[in-house]
Amino acid sequence: MSVQVDPELEVPVSVDTGSRAAPRKHRRLRAFVRNPTFVAGVMILAFFVFLAVFADLLCPGDPLDMVAPPVLWPGQDMAFPLGTDSLGRDVLSGLVHGSRASLVVGISAAAIGLAIGMLVGALAGFFGGRIDTALTRLIELFQTTPTFILVIVIVAIGEPNLETIAMAIGLASWPTVARLVRAQFRSLRESDFVMAARSLGYSRWRIILQEILPNALPPVIVAASVMTANAILIEAGLSFLNMRDPNIVSWGGMIGDGRDQLRTAWFLTALPGAAIALAVLSLNLVGDGLNEILNPRTEP
Amino acid sequence: MSLLTVDKLSVAFPGHVAVREASFSIESGETLALVGESGCGKSVTAFSVMRLLPSNARIASGRILLEGTDLLSLSEPEMREVRGAKVSLIQQEPMTSLNPVLSIGLQITEVIRRHEKLSRRAARARAVELLDLVRIPDAHRRLDDHPHNLSGGMRQRVMIAMAVACRPRLLIADEPTTALDVTTQAQVLDLLDDLRRRLGMAVLLITHDLGVVAQWADRIAVMYAGRIVEQGGIEPFFARPLHPYSRGLLGARVDVDADEHYSKNRLSEIPGSVGSAAGQAGCSFAPRCPVAEPACRRAVPPLVALPDERAVACPVTVVLAGGPHGAALR
Repeated sequence: MSVQVDPELEVPVSVDTGSRAAPRKHRRLRAFVRNPTFVAGVMILAFFVFLAVFADLLCPGDPLDMVAPPVLWPGQDMAFPLGTDSLGRDVLSGLVHGSRASLVVGISAAAIGLAIGMLVGALAGFFGGRIDTALTRLIELFQTTPTFILVIVIVAIGEPNLETIAMAIGLASWPTVARLVRAQFRSLRESDFVMAARSLGYSRWRIILQEILPNALPPVIVAASVMTANAILIEAGLSFLNMRDPNIVSWGGMIGDGRDQLRTAWFLTALPGAAIALAVLSLNLVGDGLNEILNPRTEP
Repeated sequence: MSLLTVDKLSVAFPGHVAVREASFSIESGETLALVGESGCGKSVTAFSVMRLLPSNARIASGRILLEGTDLLSLSEPEMREVRGAKVSLIQQEPMTSLNPVLSIGLQITEVIRRHEKLSRRAARARAVELLDLVRIPDAHRRLDDHPHNLSGGMRQRVMIAMAVACRPRLLIADEPTTALDVTTQAQVLDLLDDLRRRLGMAVLLITHDLGVVAQWADRIAVMYAGRIVEQGGIEPFFARPLHPYSRGLLGARVDVDADEHYSKNRLSEIPGSVGSAAGQAGCSFAPRCPVAEPACRRAVPPLVALPDERAVACPVTVVLAGGPHGAALR
């Protein structure tokens, strides 16, 4: 409800009750905008997304091409503001194009992990009993295997390209989501509104998808941003270990290439390292911000 | 034929039996109050009718006939067509019974569209009518509100609107006003009574508030430890309760007009607790009963029909009342 105030009288002269829904939506939006953590995270993330989308315009040409003398220091030649590596490749171009690999792998791995985790968690939590026991064992089986080792094994079996890497990280990281969703479903399936939905004749699938799932989402959304950050870290780790697509530039790969010149040209590892840290930080900030915004206890 | 006939229904949980051979019937358009203390099996009876018992409960025996169809013989998909369309349920807790993330308009239209082939627009128009029917002011504006914008009484009205959306024949109200304050309680019960008349549905009102029963019910069934111990019309019941337990319940009420107050006189009570008859043969009320005879502790007394369409499960009372006029009630 908005109150229009006559500037001279400073008395409410007309009370607008006709647009109740609109201000409420704005209030919801304002909660996002007012959260500094969330805003900072989104801004950094938006910067990387911008780099990834417009990489070809910002730095035309193949970032793996040798375009200059090797090991130019940043600022030495303004045509290559961040310098070149030991093979004479442009570091700036590498960083800009590398954001693609990181974001694509991060987002698709998180999407795969979320899809599997939500499906398994929802089934286990909703149906309980033997289905729950079997699925919980499966979750535990995956959780007891170290994530990174599992990813390495899967990538080693398959081709080391972006699809395999995203798939491997997704397959290794779903158990966290599954446990989260399972716990949510277990408590929500006993709730009064689920009983009300059953008493109105809704089917199980409709109850799972429309009654329980939307109520179970807030912690899952928070987990998704952290999962994306983890996936970016794992991808960087794999690239560093040379388990990467050799035709695609990635931040982890740049660190691996620059390792030999760590003492002479430290910027070759520090710059992509900073990019990884910043991307992961932005996703964690988004996660923290979402946690504060979506937490029902802090809701106004 | 009665609208709903519950015939010798027994419901068992692992380790104990919650409902034992409960039989009652509801005529269409009437309000039957099912009364008893917490844990006596009244809610379990109601949820049996909806076939929404917890997974560890089992209907051991009996029949539940709705307009002649045995609900216990229906498959789960067939039962889903009954729920919400022919039999609806209102729960105790209006604060948690609505889905918090969906607007109330959406929740009402979904129910309508679940059971009837209607366009979104037509269902929305029906939803406005329903909100009007449950006396929510400014209905068309309220449709886009979420449950957290509404008070407890308003939410219970929305629940009622959803429950009656498809004109059910029977509405089960499981302590619909326990969570509401007294003024709201009266409004909600008046509303239910009004809807019952207008929509021609029967109401199974589950409560432990005898004041509510006296004002809003046509007939009463008293449950004790899983059995129905007395049934009858409201006037004869309150004028002359038959079963010793009913007499104890009515005696435990505080009459304001008679100037009774706990600061002046000790309130009357029923000695002992429900658990006192656990594992014993015979009438489960016998250990607390002032008129119990040795025979009461040997066999479970059957529900015996008396004049005035009353029935009582107490041999002592039956003899005092002049003996049964008719066979034991099925």
